[in-house]
Amino acid sequence: MDAGAKVIEIIAEQAVIDPSDINLDHSLEDLGIDSLGLVESIFAIEEAFDIAVPFNANEPSAGEFDFSSVAAIIAAVEGLVRDKA
Amino acid sequence: MRRVVITGAGTINALAHDVDGTYKALREGRCGIGPLEIRDVDRLSVKIGAQVRGFDEAAHFNRQQITLYDRFTQFAMIAARQAMHQSGLEISGELADRAGVVFGTSGGGLTTQDENYRAVYEEGKNRVHPFIVPKLMSNAAASHISMEWNLRGPSFTVSTACASSNHAMGLAFQMIRSGICDAMLTGGSESMLCFGGIKAWEGLRVMSHDACRPFSANRNGMVQGEGAGVFVFEELEAAKARGAEILAEIIGFAMTSDASDIVLPSREGAARAMAGAVRDAGIALAEVGYINAHGTGTAANDRTECAAVAEVFGSHAKNLMISSTKSMHGHLIGGTGAVELLACLMALRDGVIPPTVGYEAPDLECALDVVPNEAREARVEVALSNAFAFGGLNAVIALRRYSG
Repeated sequence: MDAGAKVIEIIAEQAVIDPSDINLDHSLEDLGIDSLGLVESIFAIEEAFDIAVPFNANEPSAGEFDFSSVAAIIAAVEGLVRDKA
Repeated sequence: MRRVVITGAGTINALAHDVDGTYKALREGRCGIGPLEIRDVDRLSVKIGAQVRGFDEAAHFNRQQITLYDRFTQFAMIAARQAMHQSGLEISGELADRAGVVFGTSGGGLTTQDENYRAVYEEGKNRVHPFIVPKLMSNAAASHISMEWNLRGPSFTVSTACASSNHAMGLAFQMIRSGICDAMLTGGSESMLCFGGIKAWEGLRVMSHDACRPFSANRNGMVQGEGAGVFVFEELEAAKARGAEILAEIIGFAMTSDASDIVLPSREGAARAMAGAVRDAGIALAEVGYINAHGTGTAANDRTECAAVAEVFGSHAKNLMISSTKSMHGHLIGGTGAVELLACLMALRDGVIPPTVGYEAPDLECALDVVPNEAREARVEVALSNAFAFGGLNAVIALRRYSG
């Protein structure tokens, strides 16, 4: 499974919807994922890819990780996976 | 003075997953203690406990709830649902602001702590689930109860080891009696039957390796249980006005501190608590027909508790019945007083005194009517429920049969 499909699967599970209902330009807010859901999604992504996602709930936009859309999240995860290799 | 009554009860414990099943087991003198089924039990020297069995969390809670509910919170929510269902109380509007939850637990989310310490220390993981803190915190059960039933008044957790539930229920009683609140959910929950939980208790050398035999000459220690008990307390006139079924009246409560030793019990502290509860209730000593004992099955507790009963009740001590239902449901630590309050409700409502099972040999230092091994039919007007915690913190509740 490629990174994009895995990220979508994680986000879909949090949003309690089918992965096929997720569009790349959806934001997490569009999908009804709140701040706790975001933290859980980050945890699941870190576990799935064995990466550390820079995120502080006090300043959600401060990190370099872009959470603005599903596509942005996938790109950021791919970047972290590349950096690890 | 405002009067306080119980209009709902719920429980899950080793005997049953509801109140009726628990009453049935208490009547039958059935023991819920058995071999522990937990991870790494082979590394424990204590291998028995009163575990809640046949419990499927997914049958009660959705995925998000399970993510946030430690086992002790799950037990609390199940018991609270039953209690609210029985009471039929609707909490909204002004009542919501005058309703709260005071809840007892000693270990809180101990199982969650145990699992996650294992993950980071033993398994070397560097990351734990983001909700470990809200899951393990000791007020998690109280908070989730408040959210589920819209309790917007005073709500908090009481943690006084083995007296946690009695302190919680006593405070809930006082809040309604004094006019601070009109309705309270109260009781306690505990789930310490995990490797770390038992391992810590082993160290004290107070646990039995084979059975819980309170008051019996051959008793050799306590046996831990798990579960929860939750009650709906209401002001009497409000309960009557809405036509609620009243299960019993809470008539008195007293708390004392031994101020002497961190583990050894004190006859004097226990006696002051029982005498205080009777005085608070404004009744005569002779009206007390049944005492649900703290009765842990340790040499020290049972001897000291019986001496305290003899001191407080004098010649009436021989007339009253005193039993330890821990012999059946185990010692639920911070949840124990809540499950034991059910034993008092059964005695008052059904006229059935639950026994002390596992009783094999009389002890001259426990020479009271401990209702050995078989339940007994008897009409009881007033019952006391004792709790004497490590740390010397004692809490005794007095209840009266409600006859309208």
